[in-house]
Amino acid sequence: MTAAFLIAAAVAVLTTALALTRSNAVHALLYLVVSLLAVAVVFFLYGAPLAAALEIIVYAGAIIVLFVFVVIMLNLGPEATEQERRWLQPDIWVGPSLLAAVLLVELAVLLTDGSAAAAGVVGPAGTRAVEARAVGIRLFGPYLLAVELASFLLLAGLVGAWHLGRRPWQGSPAREEEGEAP
Amino acid sequence: MVGLLFLVPLLPFLGFLVLLVGGGRLPRRAVEAIGVGSVALSFAVAVLVAIGFAGLEGESYRQTLWRWMATGGFSADIGLWLDPLSLVMMLVVTGVGALILLYSVGFLRGEAGARRYFAAMTLFVASMLVLVLADNLLFLYLGWEGVGLCSYLLIGFWYREPANGAAARKAFLVTRIGDAALLLGLVLIVASLGTLDIPVLQDRAPEAWTAGSTLPVAAAALLLAGAVGKSAQLPLQVWLPDAMAGPSPVSALIHAATMVTAGVYLIARMHGLYALAPAVQTAVAAIGALTLLLAAISALGQSDIKRVLAWSTISQIGYMVMALGAGAWGAAIFHFMTHAFFKALLFLAAGLVILRLHEEHDIRRMGGLAMKLPVSFAGFLAGAASLAALPVVTAGAYSKDLILWQVAASTEGGLLLWLAGAIGAVLTALYIFKAVFLVFFGPMQTAPEPAPASPAMLGPIVVLAVLAVFGGGLAVPAQLAGTLPAPPLAGAPGHPPLAFALVSAALPLLGLAIAWALYVGRRGPLTGLAASRAVARAAPVAAAGFGFDALYERLFVRPWHALARTLRDDPADRPAAGLAGLSLGGYRLLRETQTGRVRWYAASLAGGMAAALALGVLS
Amino acid sequence: MTGLPMIWGLGLAAILFVLGLLGVLVRRNILFMLVSLEVMLNAAGLAFVVAGARWGDADGQVMFLIILTVAAAEVAVGLALALQLFRRTGSVDADAAMRLRG
Repeated sequence: MTAAFLIAAAVAVLTTALALTRSNAVHALLYLVVSLLAVAVVFFLYGAPLAAALEIIVYAGAIIVLFVFVVIMLNLGPEATEQERRWLQPDIWVGPSLLAAVLLVELAVLLTDGSAAAAGVVGPAGTRAVEARAVGIRLFGPYLLAVELASFLLLAGLVGAWHLGRRPWQGSPAREEEGEAP
Repeated sequence: MVGLLFLVPLLPFLGFLVLLVGGGRLPRRAVEAIGVGSVALSFAVAVLVAIGFAGLEGESYRQTLWRWMATGGFSADIGLWLDPLSLVMMLVVTGVGALILLYSVGFLRGEAGARRYFAAMTLFVASMLVLVLADNLLFLYLGWEGVGLCSYLLIGFWYREPANGAAARKAFLVTRIGDAALLLGLVLIVASLGTLDIPVLQDRAPEAWTAGSTLPVAAAALLLAGAVGKSAQLPLQVWLPDAMAGPSPVSALIHAATMVTAGVYLIARMHGLYALAPAVQTAVAAIGALTLLLAAISALGQSDIKRVLAWSTISQIGYMVMALGAGAWGAAIFHFMTHAFFKALLFLAAGLVILRLHEEHDIRRMGGLAMKLPVSFAGFLAGAASLAALPVVTAGAYSKDLILWQVAASTEGGLLLWLAGAIGAVLTALYIFKAVFLVFFGPMQTAPEPAPASPAMLGPIVVLAVLAVFGGGLAVPAQLAGTLPAPPLAGAPGHPPLAFALVSAALPLLGLAIAWALYVGRRGPLTGLAASRAVARAAPVAAAGFGFDALYERLFVRPWHALARTLRDDPADRPAAGLAGLSLGGYRLLRETQTGRVRWYAASLAGGMAAALALGVLS
Repeated sequence: MTGLPMIWGLGLAAILFVLGLLGVLVRRNILFMLVSLEVMLNAAGLAFVVAGARWGDADGQVMFLIILTVAAAEVAVGLALALQLFRRTGSVDADAAMRLRG
């Protein structure tokens, strides 16, 4: 169990790091899929099978597919990859890395605070995993309002994406600029 | 015929209006004809009025044209007041004015701007006539400002030269100091006496005010300040030498014969007021005496012929003011008249010389012109003799001797004033004959242009020369006796003793002799004295008019400029501007954070989060 | 189910979150920035799930579901924006949107 977690965690961290440093968008997305699958394994290990399933279906499935569609639509060629490589100069890493390191250290300090809750072990032996049923009861019980709000959010996202993603009107200022696009 | 009085100032004013409105379309001949004609006609009417006045009963004639304004307890009319004093002024202004305008026709031949010139000159004559004929002080003030404006316009006649514009501004600003004082004086009189009407004022002032009390002293002092500014007396004399930047006929009419004597006229006109303020009258005498000495010495140091005459004018007006201060009212006005003749003559003759020598002003570069320019020479000589008051044969002698006698004999005057006048007389003869000898005698230095002078220029010179020589015969003081109070002579009124007359006659002859020895004979002990170091050191001081210009420059002009420079930046606005600057600075600072880079915003967010967490971790 | 220390899961979440943040800050390509955001959201969801599992409570997974919803909406709108940016500027460079600066 511990070994499974460590392997999954190592895979997740490694593939995430790789995904974020790729020049080629499709490669990055493939690494991201692996990372998400690894995180799904971690979910499963922590006794959240519903979350693990949704992670695979929604993240690794739907969202990644959406990214792939956009990559196809943008039709970025090798020169885009080349440009990515030019943008990723070592010196631009310095500042953000420092910031990230500070943040990580702070999080580590907070997590290893020594409080009993943080040090505790998940699920003493024999405790059942939190099943989908329990989540469903909770969602459509006390969190019904949150579910409705989430549905509103998705609707708004749908409308917004449709509005932003459509082609500009004939005669709008954006029309002339479109001709310049490669 | 006296009823025609209103035409006297009206005719030049009409001439001015015609020149102003229709001047652009008029041919040159018509412009000249209107300019000279309106003033000449005015003189003719003035003569008719004078004849009519002589046959009139009573001492004065008053003509009210219409009511100018009436507010509350104060009213002022457009009204004219004729008495022997204003009659003399009126005749001199129109007569000399007409002659000088005639001369201008020849002087300005071939020069652009004739319309501007004649319009300003006719307006000047009209304003001057308003000044001398006005029956109330407000109307007088209108004329007073009018002549100041015309003086400004005409000094800057050749306005393309920046120095001329500066001279015009200087004249305007310095006289304005006096004008402001005069206006304050008028306000004071209105506030305390309720009227500006001159005859009423003369009656009312002695009733309302006791002699020597504060109000009449203040009013008289303010009026004196106005007169000092207009008449270029100490300490406001600095503008007149610079005013010579104008054309010579302008200098002759405005800055010698008429406008600068307006102060003398004002004091004479308000003699009743000065009788109530003995302290101010003493100040008048002192100012006159100081001015005449200082200006005479300054004249000696000048090399520009027109500046010699300008300082001479200041000095001669100093005589008049001293006479006024000593109570010799009639003598002052008499000297005003003869001065108008001979000084106008000197300016016209000098103008002719300058014209023929191609704008050469420096007497040291002239010489031997007596034979080349006979009319100028004769005219200048007659004017110089009259100015120096050579005895018996000149008009100036009669008026100046009268002043010296009455000043010496007056209870208001005394020996000190007489001494100033006597020294001034010697100096006067010295400086003017220095000019005569340098310009017309000796070797020729600059050859004059051989072109014959036009009769328009020579005629006035001849007429004025005759007046300068024989004008002393006009019995002006006797005519004025009824209008102006008699001088407070210590002894019995009458003719001066013979010894006094002989001394007075000897003074100018002494000056003439010194000038001859220095500039023609060039021998003797005097020449050595003139070459001595003391004289050499004093000469620049005299040439600079005793440094009043430099003093005022340092005392007033520069601090004023500094103040203006300070205020130009609007220091009072600083705090408000600072507040605006602070907002602007804050805006700029905050704007820098809005780079438009999404990653920059993300980094800011992350940085903020890190900082917030650090607070939690470290606390 | 035997125990896994909660801190391991939380540590993994922290690492993933910081990695995502690093990606957002470093990458100029708006597509990669969106990917990084997904990683960060995913890390946040992981933290909720782990914390929920620690107490055997379903609330952690409820929160994860809501984060999932947010992520889906965010990625839809974000990708539409990316498309629009590409159409207008011909580039996927996020800094190209600097022209929008007021």
